Amino acid sequence: MASPMSAPIRVSHGERGAAGFDVVVVGAGPAGSAAALELARAGHHVALIERGAFPGAKNVYGGVVYGRILDELIPEWWEQAPVQRWVTRRQTMMMTPTQSMTVDFRTDAWREPPYNGATAHRAQFDAWLAGKAEEAGAELITSTVVTALRVDERGHTVGVRTDRADGDLDARVVIACDGVNSFLAKQAGLYPEGQLEHTTLGVKETLSLPRETINERFGVRGTDGVDIEMLGCTGAIPGGGFLYTNLDSVSVGVVLDLTALGKAKKRPEEIVADLKRHPSIAPLVRGGELVEYAAHLIPEGGYQTMPKLAGDGILVTGDAAAMCLAAGIWLEGVNFAIGSGMYAGRAAAHALSTNDTSARGLSEYRKLLRNSFVLADHRKLAGAPKLLMSERMQQRYPGMVCDMVENLFQVTNPTPKPGIGRLLRRSAKAHGVRLRELARDAVSGFRSYG
Amino acid sequence: MHYPESSFEDRMSTVDFRVGERAHIEVDSDICRSCTTKACVTACPANLFVPTGDGGILFNYEQCFECGTCYLLCDKEGAITWTYPDGGDGVAFRKG
Ligand SMILES: Cc1cc2nc3c(=O)[nH]c(=O)nc-3n(C[C@H](O)[C@H](O)[C@H](O)COP(=O)(O)OP(=O)(O)OC[C@H]3O[C@@H](n4cnc5c(N)ncnc54)[C@H](O)[C@@H]3O)c2cc1C
Ligand code: SF4
Ligand code: SF4
Repeated sequence: MASPMSAPIRVSHGERGAAGFDVVVVGAGPAGSAAALELARAGHHVALIERGAFPGAKNVYGGVVYGRILDELIPEWWEQAPVQRWVTRRQTMMMTPTQSMTVDFRTDAWREPPYNGATAHRAQFDAWLAGKAEEAGAELITSTVVTALRVDERGHTVGVRTDRADGDLDARVVIACDGVNSFLAKQAGLYPEGQLEHTTLGVKETLSLPRETINERFGVRGTDGVDIEMLGCTGAIPGGGFLYTNLDSVSVGVVLDLTALGKAKKRPEEIVADLKRHPSIAPLVRGGELVEYAAHLIPEGGYQTMPKLAGDGILVTGDAAAMCLAAGIWLEGVNFAIGSGMYAGRAAAHALSTNDTSARGLSEYRKLLRNSFVLADHRKLAGAPKLLMSERMQQRYPGMVCDMVENLFQVTNPTPKPGIGRLLRRSAKAHGVRLRELARDAVSGFRSYG
Repeated sequence: MHYPESSFEDRMSTVDFRVGERAHIEVDSDICRSCTTKACVTACPANLFVPTGDGGILFNYEQCFECGTCYLLCDKEGAITWTYPDGGDGVAFRKG
């Protein structure tokens, strides 16, 4: 790729920007707003720069925010966050074009504070969180693209260039919260090669439906909501699907391996259309009118593919650091972004107080991450992305499971019922699964997820 | 259960764009002519890469999601010049 955004700008000694901050945070997504909020609270002079006309304008996700990490940042956030519904029911669906097998869980515990997951629109959620940083004293600067890092002769990041006239800013620390494409982490030389292999494309449709219709179809009441993750709905392309309920709409979409998509004959919106036609999904989305079509990349590789998290004068957080957890039954990124942003803010504040903003002075960041869910979960699930995207998981297991369950529930009188062991062997064979492989995946799955 | 899928134009008309003066992405059709994969054509979620009769690509930047799919997939040096639109321009999701 040729991009004017590929090289940092050399700043000579004593050269000053138009304005100076303790910290410049780039990107007002969940990571950036959490970082700026934490720093502003600590009394630092912080700029939060966003290229969209408002925070959230550029951001897309499936639909559920897991708010536990917010407890620490904004106590009783549920009283004020722009929530659509509270997730009280979660399903994981294995499917083939004509079958589906669902694990369906619901609990009343999740319909009360402190709640578990909430559906929300990013245009509202991100704007709300950025507003919190602003209230705490951060300077939110929208409609402004950071086009380059500014580095001194030692290679230490000392600020950013923006696309505003006279738009060079000085900073003792820059926090890159610029999302999956992170040109800043790339410019800083922190980002590893091979991004394409572990990136997926998410495409999503928001379909409007009357609130009561949603409640009836999904078996919920009031502002209770449902979260469905799917496997086996993306044909020959490794990936998965999702369906979430908002108040007066549902969000339905797929996540697709980029390389396979590039080679495929099918376009992304056609794969969503297939999913909407699936016999288990069609009755849920029928009649929904498209109110927005959207697309965004996801860093899918997890722990193994993270960049270096700190350089001299710079920290990398959230999707920019591949901290999104995309592991089948989980699709969590907003909470990891908020967590890493918050810890980056703390580490930057610590570095400022010791007057050492080198990579070593900023090393507190990694420590904080390791002691929290952010790196702990990612290390534990380091093998999950590969297993999930494997050919067996994608192309064979969903069909094998569906066939096995179909045979288990199919009454075969007068022939006696087959034993489960035989059914398993038979369905495995029919889908080209060797039991040894299955056992191996079960063990590695248990190691990853257990 | 079948219901008609809307046209791609209708689909894109549900998305708000503040179209900037500057083309933030440029595609060099001469380079595309030697490309055998044309990966961008199926993958671009906004369907902005249109193959031309002479084996090149016709590209219009106006209704772009700024997702990054095209530059990651394209392996021809120089075919795509990719930047973000100027501050405030480009896609503005209402839901996201
Ligand atoms: C289809 C899909 C479904 C998903 N589903 C879920 C889900 O259900 N739950 C969940 O928790 N996560 C989900 N995720 C993941 C989640 O969206 C991300 O992990 C999360 O948004 C990461 O937050 P972030 O702050 O790191 O980055 P982003 O949210 O991407 O924010 C980056 C910000 O930086 C700005 N920016 C970028 N470059 C610049 C620049 N040069 N100058 C100025 N500003 C810049 C952008 O405009 C943006 O506002 C999903 C993702 C996708 C694509
Ligand atoms: S943009 Fe890249 S992938 Fe697309 S046709 Fe041109 S060279 Fe090929
Ligand atoms: S950035 Fe995404 S939407 Fe825009 S042209 Fe490239 S692939 Fe298409």
